[in-house]
Amino acid sequence: MSAARNQEQPQYKAVLEAPEIRRALTRIAHEILERTKGGSDVVLLGVQTRGVNLARMLCRRLEEVEGLKIPCGSLDVTMYRDDLRMKPARAIGRTELPGDGIDDKVVVLVDDVLFSGRTIRAALDALNDLGRPRAVQLAVLVDRGHRELPIRADYVGKNLPTSLKETVKVLLGDVDGRDAVLLGPKTDPKGDDGK
Amino acid sequence: MKRHLISAADLSRDDALLVLDTAEELARVSSRSVKKLPTLRGRTVVNLFFEDSTRTRISFEAAAKRLSADVINFSAKGSSVSKGESLKDTALTLEAMGADGVVIRHGASGAPYRLADWVNGNVVNAGDGTHEHPTQALLDAFTMRRHLGDLDGRRITIVGDVLHSRVARSNVLLLSTLGAQVTLVAPPTLLPVSVGTWPCEVSYDLDGTLPKSDAVMMLRVQRERMNAAYFPTVREYSRRYGLSADRYAHLPEHAIVMHPGPMNRGVEIAAEVADSTRSTIVEQVGNGVSVRMAVLYLLLGGSEPAIGAGE
Repeated sequence: MSAARNQEQPQYKAVLEAPEIRRALTRIAHEILERTKGGSDVVLLGVQTRGVNLARMLCRRLEEVEGLKIPCGSLDVTMYRDDLRMKPARAIGRTELPGDGIDDKVVVLVDDVLFSGRTIRAALDALNDLGRPRAVQLAVLVDRGHRELPIRADYVGKNLPTSLKETVKVLLGDVDGRDAVLLGPKTDPKGDDGK
Repeated sequence: MKRHLISAADLSRDDALLVLDTAEELARVSSRSVKKLPTLRGRTVVNLFFEDSTRTRISFEAAAKRLSADVINFSAKGSSVSKGESLKDTALTLEAMGADGVVIRHGASGAPYRLADWVNGNVVNAGDGTHEHPTQALLDAFTMRRHLGDLDGRRITIVGDVLHSRVARSNVLLLSTLGAQVTLVAPPTLLPVSVGTWPCEVSYDLDGTLPKSDAVMMLRVQRERMNAAYFPTVREYSRRYGLSADRYAHLPEHAIVMHPGPMNRGVEIAAEVADSTRSTIVEQVGNGVSVRMAVLYLLLGGSEPAIGAGE
């Protein structure tokens, strides 16, 4: 990702900075605990790549709020994407489920940006091959609209109305050295995942 | 545009690492309860086997099926080849059936290279004569990487019938791409004339080489390809170039013993060495499926292949 380089470009403006991201995650942590009646049986699964870091951040927040150790894993959906044949084959990431698996658990998928909904559809297909969760919920840091499938998030950090000519970039401390959500003009007309 | 995997030399260092990393992730699929990915749904892979094979054919078939591709198996026995059909006509038949990928094993060196001109699909060489067997080299490198970590600077010794071995050539090319130092050990009669041009060292002294090896790969003495006397007796070959329990004891503690199979127990490798804890022979077969899944995915999965040779 060229996130670090784009950070320097002036046409990107920050819509969320580190403190706001922190507050959003704290609120989502509370909402998850509320909705799942205390967070028992909850498993967080971050969608590769930024979703994995977000899931870990959310996991730490849940521990601070309630002292709960929530199992946290990662999910790579590359092999389930519906746009595989539109681009050259790409490297795949790691899928790592927590020790107890996801059978009969409440799986909360975590991703950075919710856009067309196609990544989440792929994630639902991937989950189908990995086990049978009791319920699947979705937490995203930013919902930028423009859905192409009947999918909605259960927990949203920020609803961000955007135009299709714009692109949303999420920077996270572990990978990019800074927490921020940036909004800027679309640079690559073929980049269709909007991140 | 890159399309085929015919020689291990088609892979750059980045390509090879991409295959190995992809295989590492795909290996996890083999431990799930649903061992299937939808990635190649609707694509057709033809396994074209003009020569006998157990491991490679089953491995390619399992790999393609785990990626949800449709698999057509073709073996020369019982086909129109026995009525005299040429390779080109067989290829055109496949073309008419719309094969997206063709996996070919052939007794003649260079057959996959010719086939690549005749079909639109991506060609994967599954062993051609005494030339190359790139996916075997990839699975060997994958196995070594799991045991030894990064292969940069590692010393790999390949022992035996190099002359008739497509595995040796592919391994030398791939391992040198990955930065390993390869030493071939064989009787002078079982080394190809051109071995001086290969990116490796040559030795006739197995006992001197073993203590410095991180991995030793024993090759099968391919008697079916031998039309002359390459060594006086099997017993003498075994004494000088076989991996006996005695020689095994001189290997470094961490070194692994490999064999591409099928092996002649008691000739190039002693039975107790083949069954020892540091032997990866069975593991190599399992890794073959993951590596071949990676190759098929990277060649067929996207709009264009991510690895391999040019047009």
